[in-house]
Amino acid sequence: MASVEFQNISKSFGAFVAVPDISFQIADGEFICLLGPSGCGKTTSLRMIAGLETPSSGRVMIGGRDVTYLHPKDRGISMVFQDYALYPHMNIADNIAYPLKVRGEQETRRHARAKEVADVLKIGDLLKRLPSQISGGQQQRTSLARALVYPSEVYLFDEPLSNLDAKLRLEARGFLNHLQRDMGMTAVYVTHDQAEAMALATRIAVMDKGRIVQFAPPIEIYRRPATTFVANFVGNPPMNLVPVEVSIGEGALLLRANGLQLAPIALTDVIAKAAKSGRMTLGVRPEHLRIAVAGDQNVVSGELFANENMGPESLVTLERGDNGRVTARIFTDDEIKVGTSVHLAFDARHITLFDDSGARIPAADER
Amino acid sequence: MRKAPNIFMRRTVFSAAATFLGTVFALPLVWFVFAPFNARAELGLAIPSPFTLSNFATVFQNTFAMQALLNSLIQAAGGVVLVGAAATLAAYALSRSPIPGKGAVTYILLLFSSVVSGSAAMVPIFLIISAAGLIDTHLAVILVFAGGLLPTAMFILRDFIDAIPRSYEESAMVAGASPLQAFFDVALPVIRPGIVVVLVWAFVNIWGSFLIPFILLRSDKLMPASVAIYSFYSEAGTPIVTLLAAYSLIYSLPVVALYLFVNWKFGFRFFGGIKS
Repeated sequence: MASVEFQNISKSFGAFVAVPDISFQIADGEFICLLGPSGCGKTTSLRMIAGLETPSSGRVMIGGRDVTYLHPKDRGISMVFQDYALYPHMNIADNIAYPLKVRGEQETRRHARAKEVADVLKIGDLLKRLPSQISGGQQQRTSLARALVYPSEVYLFDEPLSNLDAKLRLEARGFLNHLQRDMGMTAVYVTHDQAEAMALATRIAVMDKGRIVQFAPPIEIYRRPATTFVANFVGNPPMNLVPVEVSIGEGALLLRANGLQLAPIALTDVIAKAAKSGRMTLGVRPEHLRIAVAGDQNVVSGELFANENMGPESLVTLERGDNGRVTARIFTDDEIKVGTSVHLAFDARHITLFDDSGARIPAADER
Repeated sequence: MRKAPNIFMRRTVFSAAATFLGTVFALPLVWFVFAPFNARAELGLAIPSPFTLSNFATVFQNTFAMQALLNSLIQAAGGVVLVGAAATLAAYALSRSPIPGKGAVTYILLLFSSVVSGSAAMVPIFLIISAAGLIDTHLAVILVFAGGLLPTAMFILRDFIDAIPRSYEESAMVAGASPLQAFFDVALPVIRPGIVVVLVWAFVNIWGSFLIPFILLRSDKLMPASVAIYSFYSEAGTPIVTLLAAYSLIYSLPVVALYLFVNWKFGFRFFGGIKS
């Protein structure tokens, strides 16, 4: 296991700049998720760690060693590919044992080792089959076994679960989670699925347009999203963002928007400064909204747009005229009819404010 | 319901036309199968009676013609090996490595390929081979064929390799393989169906070609079967139909055998075992 470091990495493909300039450090034993929409540069970054792309500038370090221009085989890494990349002409045993073969391991010994790993992953009875003769989930585990069959400094995952159906994905996610805690592996994991990132990562790097917007533990990303982009990307459904007009009166911040009733918010220097633009974005997570009762101070109102029953909870979406929609996760058995007006309440401590540029404004109780 | 007779008529006419066309194409082939076994074969179609192998006996005694079959084999095999090896490596490089202007290179080569093996280039080819001192050698024939077929072979293979995900080789390299190991262990087996198609195509091309060996070779002992077939013409220039038919059948067998073998072994499929 080893650390990984990006020092001022940039990468262009012709005129297209995939990654303008990023630097980060990953400590030994961390499980890092690169999270972002497609085209945000996360896969390119992963491939630069693997050595499958060469940075246009900057340095890549693995375990304190400069590997920027090193061939992938000399980096001490293993990688799981999105399309699994199993060799179609080799059976499962040979597929898993291939990394040992190129390391000059004897056939009997490498097959014994392949069997060990395959047994752990519950594909031990498929060793004689060809990749085309096993299911997608089994193929995925084969490619995982191939990455685990030899000791590596860093394990790289390129959306390894995206080709699985929802149930298998959950199962594989749980297994990876267990594996990470078990082995203490250093891993870099690329995904566009925020739930996967939340479940697996010790830290998440949220990327947008080739830049890292926020690099923090999952709970921090969830509780204190650095920008509206992060707030809108993390969470299922993501955080509700409502543009509001702000002014200062009676030593407090007053927020105004159609269909919104808000108690004044205590002023801090930062809030006062951000309020000068006159505009902010109010963020409330769907799980922090509830059906309003008399006396609630923070209420958002609108007409019911959709009510999706998810079993234990319902996703209630209401439309605030032309001012966008707000979604709430509510635990209720009440039937609400589409078109009726709904009032949702939330606590002041669950409010996140973003300034004019989309950056989060620290709350009063933060330093 | 009014349309039914109309469709019936159209189908009848179509079937009749198809049958007529099929017969026109089939008749020479039927002749080709029957005539070698007929001691009195002529250009007309006739069922052999009695059925005989005497034509083959005579052909097998013609040492020049038999040597020619071996020569054909040498030249075709040499050409196929050269085209196969060179086209695979070149196509792989053109597909995988970031060579600037590689697309243009491929298309220009393709454009010239028809020129190189075509009759228009015969004079310069003759002069070049002559200057190289290779006139009247197997090597001359092999080289000219290889040069002529390579561009098209590269083009076909490059397209084929382009369609194969790079992650195959990438996963091999990440797992510790050198580029050479990744090529031989992973890429080559995956590309193999494409290579086989190119090999068969090259073999058939060289095997059936007349002009190039006819011009580049002088001595009887080097002539391939396509040229030697003229030894079954009388001095007056009329074909000895019985022997010609028997020899033609023998001459065509390797191609048929090759096709059957490849079809059995590889099945002429382009893609195998790729899961997207």
